Amino acid sequence: MSALGEGRRGGEGRERGESRKRGEGDRGDGGERLRRTAARALERLAAAGATGDVVLVEADSHEVRVRGDEIDFVKQARERALGIRALVRNGDGTRSATTSTSDLEDDAVDRMVDETLALARATAPDPAAGLPDGGFAEDLPDLDLLSPGDRGVSVEARIEEARRAEQAARTADPRIRNSEGSQASSDFGEIVYGNTSGFLGSYASASHGLYSEPLAEQDGAKQRDYWMTASRHLDRLEDAASVGRRAAERAVRKLGARPIRTCEVPVVFDELTARSLLAQMAGLVSGYAVYRHQSCWADQLGESVASELVTVVDDGRLPGGLGSKPFDGEGLPTGRKLVIERGRLQTWLLDSYSGRKLGMASTGNASRGVGGGPGVGATNLWIEAGDTSADQIIADTPRGLLVTELMGMGFNPVTGDYSQGAAGLWIEGGEIAHPVEEITIAGNFKDMMRRIDRVGSELLWIGSVASPVLRVERMTVAGQ
Amino acid sequence: MSADEATGSTALAFFRERFGLDERQLADSLGTALERQVEHADLFFEYSTQDSVSLEEGIVKSGSRHIEQGVGVRAQRGERQGYAHSDEISAESVQIAAATARAISDQSRDPGRVAVRAGAAGRDLYPVATPPTEVPVTRKIDLLGEIDRYARARDPRVREVMASVVSQYRHVLVAASDGTLAGDVRPLVRLNVQVIVGDGRNMEVGYQGMGGRYDLERLFEPDAWKPLVEEAVRLGTLNLDAEACPAGTMDVVLGPGWPGILLHEAVGHGLEGDFNRKRTSAFSDRLGERVAAEGVTVIDDGTLAERRGSLNVDDEGTPTRRTTLIENGVLVGYMQDRLNARLMGMQPTGNGRRESYAHMPMPRMTNTFMLAGPDDPEEILRSVSKGIYAVSFGGGQVDITSGKFVFSMNEAYKLENGRIGAPVKGATLIGNGPDVMQRIRRVGSDMALDPGVGTCGKDGQGVPVGVGMPTVRIDGITVGGTQG
Repeated sequence: MSALGEGRRGGEGRERGESRKRGEGDRGDGGERLRRTAARALERLAAAGATGDVVLVEADSHEVRVRGDEIDFVKQARERALGIRALVRNGDGTRSATTSTSDLEDDAVDRMVDETLALARATAPDPAAGLPDGGFAEDLPDLDLLSPGDRGVSVEARIEEARRAEQAARTADPRIRNSEGSQASSDFGEIVYGNTSGFLGSYASASHGLYSEPLAEQDGAKQRDYWMTASRHLDRLEDAASVGRRAAERAVRKLGARPIRTCEVPVVFDELTARSLLAQMAGLVSGYAVYRHQSCWADQLGESVASELVTVVDDGRLPGGLGSKPFDGEGLPTGRKLVIERGRLQTWLLDSYSGRKLGMASTGNASRGVGGGPGVGATNLWIEAGDTSADQIIADTPRGLLVTELMGMGFNPVTGDYSQGAAGLWIEGGEIAHPVEEITIAGNFKDMMRRIDRVGSELLWIGSVASPVLRVERMTVAGQ
Repeated sequence: MSADEATGSTALAFFRERFGLDERQLADSLGTALERQVEHADLFFEYSTQDSVSLEEGIVKSGSRHIEQGVGVRAQRGERQGYAHSDEISAESVQIAAATARAISDQSRDPGRVAVRAGAAGRDLYPVATPPTEVPVTRKIDLLGEIDRYARARDPRVREVMASVVSQYRHVLVAASDGTLAGDVRPLVRLNVQVIVGDGRNMEVGYQGMGGRYDLERLFEPDAWKPLVEEAVRLGTLNLDAEACPAGTMDVVLGPGWPGILLHEAVGHGLEGDFNRKRTSAFSDRLGERVAAEGVTVIDDGTLAERRGSLNVDDEGTPTRRTTLIENGVLVGYMQDRLNARLMGMQPTGNGRRESYAHMPMPRMTNTFMLAGPDDPEEILRSVSKGIYAVSFGGGQVDITSGKFVFSMNEAYKLENGRIGAPVKGATLIGNGPDVMQRIRRVGSDMALDPGVGTCGKDGQGVPVGVGMPTVRIDGITVGGTQG
């Protein structure tokens, strides 16, 4: 899929997001060297009479793609980067600025600290700005984020995995005759965070993935789909052949897809598309969206916002979780919280800044990349599984739509207006009837959450967000 | 030396002075990559500075500045590519990366001698008097303050104003085993204004942005930023009273400019060389065939002065050019990088682009637009008895294989008996690229390019692009509203 957007957040798509916060880890003295650099920058900030924090990441990654019988690409990288935030007290407020660089030589670091201070002094004092008031993480539990034995994995071994997935996809069905390829990746990272309040912590993590995207062809029409697996441990990835086969099954079942007539019906979101609803929910409960009036749930804290079947958990210390970390982007301990409990909105996700804006304490949800100051992010976020199997949910649907793919950015968080391109399978008499495409599904997000009337019994973890199959009792499906 | 040659040599001088790179070292590193049996190798150096200041709640709370530097080394053999990158620019790191990248080939050979030299071709499509990242931050902060006050004074329903100025200044240098040595210095500026409006009953958001590869000074002109603020406020308040959007298949008139996102999604991606070489595009093997209605001509042009999507040379060192993709409805060209051009036996078109040194180049769009047609835009509107008039859009997305694409309206009106009716809420439009392009019935005379806000994402890489289109009428496209 390819997309064009206005990129409203102001960057040019160059910022390193949370997913890039991976580093080299405890190989050799990488961690020690990073900690020394962190300490140097913090000392220089303090010597200038300022406060602030630094984040360093070191990453070692490789990514391979096999297409058909051929290797498509092999990509390897080692990267390091430093992010600095300077906070300068001024009257009742604090001025702040952030900078980043990949030049970690001592004199470059000193220069960057000075530049950050100068930039901070140009901004306006903000009463809510500053480091957390205390409560930094003291225990740094082992969250099972890395198997040391995985470090030795060779590029050749990952090529072999991609090859197995690709062959499984290509041989799964005679209608699979082409593909965009199968891709395997391994990333190892070390993150160091320190601040002038005395906190200095680090952790190593890994992330491995395998992805396959075959094409099915019939009567001149082409369809593509994908399947993937991801884990912090190589031996917990779904088997490569299974990834390829499932990708192929998904592509083949789209053959013969057609639009349907415009109607209002129950809409079932599969495990992949339901994740996008959860990601949108995470945006609505972010402290920043709330104090900026950018959330249609902004005045709903403590109230019922979703069906009683919906319980949403955020847990930064889920063992082995792809969103797990022992401390957040401000050095505060991560933890488990119920965001929505049986439909009732229990908490916002907050860092210390958005917490102060709302008169609340941080929930340990500061996310911090090298390329900017703290923001709010979910850690591991999921909807608790219910007791109805996915098959039963379809059987319970006399006439409706199973959505397996969503397209576009048709969600307005301020109003909740939701309108997305979709493809999937038409359900008739509780059974899958035929594939559908070139349709949209629309409604208002607030109504959609209240109208969830079935929650599946299985959670699929292929990232830091997971949802069981969900059914929304009624939405507008636009077609012919 | 003509002004044209200046950019390439400026970039080379920059890397020479800062990192001690010279032609001989570049040739040595390419030689290392070529010690194995590979057909092509290239080095891509980058040093870029980006700064950003943003305002909310009436003050600029923070500023940021980021420096990104590094080198990417690539080796190609057949369809295979090896790529390694490092954020350290030194002779040693380049050698290590070159040795890693060539590992896609296990056959050794004597590389012979590589010589790189700066090409004569060149021009500067975007000279600036001052790099935007060197403009004092206080001036950017002052501008944002003025914008905040102006927006709030415009309309009492404005609750919140968020605005930002983003400046980027990038030096790039490409050296390749075929002797290419090309550089570019790329300024990029952008101003964003977003307002949250509320009337006590409803809340809405309005956004407008502008930018390009030009002097930041231009954004400080009230004639530039005031209309931008007015437009953001107008869009937000307009939607406060918008009705629910209808659902189903209907006739749609698209306004000029940014709605050209239609082309980007419906045909642009599908005409990128990689998808066609792999035959995964809905447009594969269709050169010479009719793929759009008569009268529809679509161009990709990386040579437009000062545009956001323009480049002097692409990220493989190929000069950009104007490529006709669809001529009077017939598919006549693809957009190519070097690898896909070579494999397809075609010429590179200057569309090899990458997000940064940490990414491999791919065929990407630059500025993609439809040429003006014969019809009066007013008359096009009057020709529709029942439908939607879509003036402004958010983003879009395409599945290049099935051809299905979407784009989201954020300013739209009902069209009834040729008259513009009530505003309707944002909704997604969905269609099939090859099919929708055939259903273009009218092409207006008012072709316009977008204000310079597009970022295109492909395979996880974002690059700045431009789009453009005249007013067009499309018969029968699915509108994703809520009113059946």
